[in-house]
Amino acid sequence: MAGTKTTTGAPTDVTQKHNQGGIGESTLRPDGTLKVTGEFAYSSDMWHEDMLWGQTLRSTVAHAEIVSIDTSEALAMAGVYAVLTYDDLPAEMKNYGLEIQDTPVLAHGKVRHHGEPVALVAADHPETARRAAAKIKIEYRELPVITDEASALAEDAVLVHEGRDDEYIEWVSHPNIVHNQPIIRGNAEEAAKKADFVVKGEYTFGMQDQAFLGPESGLAVPAEDGGVDLYVATQWLHSDLEQIAPVLGLPEEKVRMTLSGVGGAFGGREDISMQIHACLLALRTGKPVKIVYNRFESFFGHVHRHPAKLYYEHGATKDGKLTHMKCRIVLDGGAYASASPAVVGNASSLSAGPYVIDDVDIEAVALYTNNPPCGAMRGFGAVQACFAYEAQMDKLADEVGMDRVEFRQLNAMEQGTIMPTGQPVDSPAPVAEILRRVKARPLPPERQWEVADGDADVRELPGGLSNTTHGEGVVRGVGYAVGIKNVGFSEGFDDYSTAKVRMEVINGEPVATVHTAMAEVGQGGITVHAQIARTELGVQQVTIHPADTQVGSAGSTSASRQTYVTGGAVKNSCELVREKVLEIGRRKYGSYHPAWATAELLLEGGKVVTDGGEALADLAELLEGETVEIEAEWRHRPTVAFDKRTGQGNGHVQYSFAAHRAVVEVDTELGLVKVIELATAQDVGKALNPLSVVGQIQGGTTQGLGVAVMEEIVVDPKTAKVRNPSFTDYLIPTILDTPTIPVDVLELADPNAPYGLRGMGEAPTLSSTPAVLAAIRNATGLELNKTPVRPEHLTGT
Amino acid sequence: MDFLRPASWEEALAAKAEHPTAVPIAGGTDVMVEINFDHRRPEYLLDLNRISELQDWHVGEETVQLGASVPYTKIMENLRTELPGLALASHTVASPQIRNRGGVGGNLGTASPAGDAHPALLAADCEVEVESQARGSRLIPIDAFYTGVKRNALEADELIKSVHIKKADGPQQYSKVGTRNAMVIAVCAFGIALHPETRTVRTGIGSAAPTPIRAKAAEEFLNSALEEGGFWDNGKIITPSIAKQFAELCSGAANPIDDVRGTASYRKHAVGIMARRTLGWTWESYRSGKGRGAEGVA
Repeated sequence: MAGTKTTTGAPTDVTQKHNQGGIGESTLRPDGTLKVTGEFAYSSDMWHEDMLWGQTLRSTVAHAEIVSIDTSEALAMAGVYAVLTYDDLPAEMKNYGLEIQDTPVLAHGKVRHHGEPVALVAADHPETARRAAAKIKIEYRELPVITDEASALAEDAVLVHEGRDDEYIEWVSHPNIVHNQPIIRGNAEEAAKKADFVVKGEYTFGMQDQAFLGPESGLAVPAEDGGVDLYVATQWLHSDLEQIAPVLGLPEEKVRMTLSGVGGAFGGREDISMQIHACLLALRTGKPVKIVYNRFESFFGHVHRHPAKLYYEHGATKDGKLTHMKCRIVLDGGAYASASPAVVGNASSLSAGPYVIDDVDIEAVALYTNNPPCGAMRGFGAVQACFAYEAQMDKLADEVGMDRVEFRQLNAMEQGTIMPTGQPVDSPAPVAEILRRVKARPLPPERQWEVADGDADVRELPGGLSNTTHGEGVVRGVGYAVGIKNVGFSEGFDDYSTAKVRMEVINGEPVATVHTAMAEVGQGGITVHAQIARTELGVQQVTIHPADTQVGSAGSTSASRQTYVTGGAVKNSCELVREKVLEIGRRKYGSYHPAWATAELLLEGGKVVTDGGEALADLAELLEGETVEIEAEWRHRPTVAFDKRTGQGNGHVQYSFAAHRAVVEVDTELGLVKVIELATAQDVGKALNPLSVVGQIQGGTTQGLGVAVMEEIVVDPKTAKVRNPSFTDYLIPTILDTPTIPVDVLELADPNAPYGLRGMGEAPTLSSTPAVLAAIRNATGLELNKTPVRPEHLTGT
Repeated sequence: MDFLRPASWEEALAAKAEHPTAVPIAGGTDVMVEINFDHRRPEYLLDLNRISELQDWHVGEETVQLGASVPYTKIMENLRTELPGLALASHTVASPQIRNRGGVGGNLGTASPAGDAHPALLAADCEVEVESQARGSRLIPIDAFYTGVKRNALEADELIKSVHIKKADGPQQYSKVGTRNAMVIAVCAFGIALHPETRTVRTGIGSAAPTPIRAKAAEEFLNSALEEGGFWDNGKIITPSIAKQFAELCSGAANPIDDVRGTASYRKHAVGIMARRTLGWTWESYRSGKGRGAEGVA
């Protein structure tokens, strides 16, 4: 199933050839079998003697003043150890936030969204804690809800946040706009005059949930020094730490964090959830406190993907060349900022897609509303844009009268193309090639549901075993899409990572230990770290130290960045360790062989060898009685902020490209969809672990399919309340909804990146959605400007 | 909450008589969800898992006596010939794990309009055998069983023992619309059974009215149309206008609501489509003599 490899002419890295289990091999994940067999210990499985259970009481309304809170009945319950509200917060700092500290630890006088934390309970049994929370009486005075751009920017609109003093406020036209990023390049107005065809569209993207399988959970243990040890499932320990310590009134060194078993993240664990609450309760009661959200609470316990309205105009000449693009992207950030400013930066800077367009007029904004807070999710602003620009490409190709794929290829960016931000694309950008590859695949056979004597295998049809059609009303459709995602944190962020690597001899064997604070959330990072250490240090045995805050920050497990940045840090620290090891070797053995002084030396197969392959020393012997340990930070190329007015600036580190071809069967009478195949091609620069790469691509592709045909958090526009906070009504694809996903992996090295690799976890989530939409449009002839597509949209009912 | 664990049916009836608020639990696939979400906090749970006869079924001359706790998996595996509509419905229940636990007694006890078994039971025709310690057993016709939203005709001291379902004397079909291809609560569902012995057609509609319902006007129309046209004897293809009218009447019988799973107008539309298609499948099966099979299922 893994596809072809592409040779690039890049020099072969000799170090990877000889060390078993090094980079480029599909070594198996140490957590894989445990997870499949149910043995893996997730953060929700932790237990401590004498521990209490924490429970969060959340607002039942979206926007209201809190008139009064009465906790007396809850406090009087047997088994209840503490009930906390805003008044109990111990420090001056009472808010937290990723970019803007606008989120109250507990609501203060006002709630701004449905499910906002108002009070906390600690009790000796989870059920007692839940019942006690239910006995807290809160009187609300409801306020009008702000739910969309019109209500947010109305003349008399209530301000979601009064008195803003954040860095973005001076650049926005209304306090209910979190952040605004225009990008102006060339002259779209002038260029439009050259267009023979102009296509305008208005698109709506629904609110997607990360739907990670392990709900938010963690355990806070009070320590004798007045600090706290926190074991938690998160995406970035040090970012949590920076937000937790100030509201606890503790110095950072007194809050010691350790990553516990994480059951998926997809962006949903970038923000604080139960971390501060558990610490507050533990410090108040002097007892360990565990908090585990159930699925219902989890839907309120983390941010979602921004729903968006996108307004696009594209022009093309009659020979199919794009002339200009204008767009306006309105993202609903909900009640708190979370990652909204960065999502705006991505949405605007990637809004033109992987195409050459010299004249653009772009604006992306994120609103403050009383809808659920939205922030990071796989694809991060690029997903919404891709859905819209790819629909536009199909429409424009049709207007011009060109094949839809050829039209894209004609306008595809390549190495050297200038982005709307003025930044050149300075490494391979095989956009036309990945489109060619997905198109060149043979299509799945027509009417493949037909079995002997005219019967139907309903599993191959829309509706599946629900037995809604035996072929009646079923029409096939095929659609294509391609997308561009940035890799790493952008806009001048100091996006470094730290790795501590130790080499020593244990039981006569050279052993490496890799210690980082990287959150392994299921992406396979720890597998890759061990592979890198084997390749660089020539050892077989690599121990991965648990991730914690006793080592420097690894940055976030997001933005497709961990293999690039923390992988890069591990590689760098390994190289520094190797130098030390070689120094020891020169000191001990230098006089025995001239090559110690003259040759380039490598560590391979437990030995020091020359680049000519001659073994000089055994590592076990060389390191006898020695321990080499180095902790070092590593940085990719710096970026700069986008200009606030023009959006110009080299704001991104690297780009990642994927293309999809979707084949669907649509029951046009019932409006049900079966995706038959989602073929994909993606450049990953270098597949450090090909099996993991294919797994990431298939997972991302499926997550994109989900938001195409079923996934949406439905918010009542009248009340701003969530209507489907459960897996009964928030549907994610099952295996029967998941098509065959043939994967074609390209490896075109990026000379700027470690091993030439390209961050690859998010790109598959971009083009999957518009490809499925295009296929459904192809089958039905409908315009379908909203995702997810529901049966009502396909049947006009 | 007390957990009552009767060892026999008699003990169970005694416990229910003593504690009429006790909530019976067998597979737990409905009750436990309610308890976990804290939607329900019964004083007593009455565990029926030790009562083996509830797990039994008996195929008689005219009917299948299906124990209330027979899991859906067993229905799919063992009763596809006798109860083809219910077997098809069983295929659509949740996941394999849930199908191994859940049974028809739970669907009937909860009496949710979205229960997957209801349209098949209504179409096949059946009686629900219930029993109390005080008054012994009685049979409630399925047409009188559903009395309101999540309400049924049981008295507080009664337990559901089994369902006496008419063995199929003709083809039966079942369709369910959900917004994914497996493990989904019905947006709406439709069951149909041809009864050549009585020359009647029965229907069942799920999730499209406050209770599971039959489309009676549609049935009456179709019964007389088939009779007048001599279709039962001549085995002709049903004319499109008859199928269309039947579908419209089925659609018209639905009285759905807008909710997060679907709109009322979509539900009415979909019931009509399912009615037309399933009528086509069952009639084609009848006229081609392919019998009572559960075609369409792998």
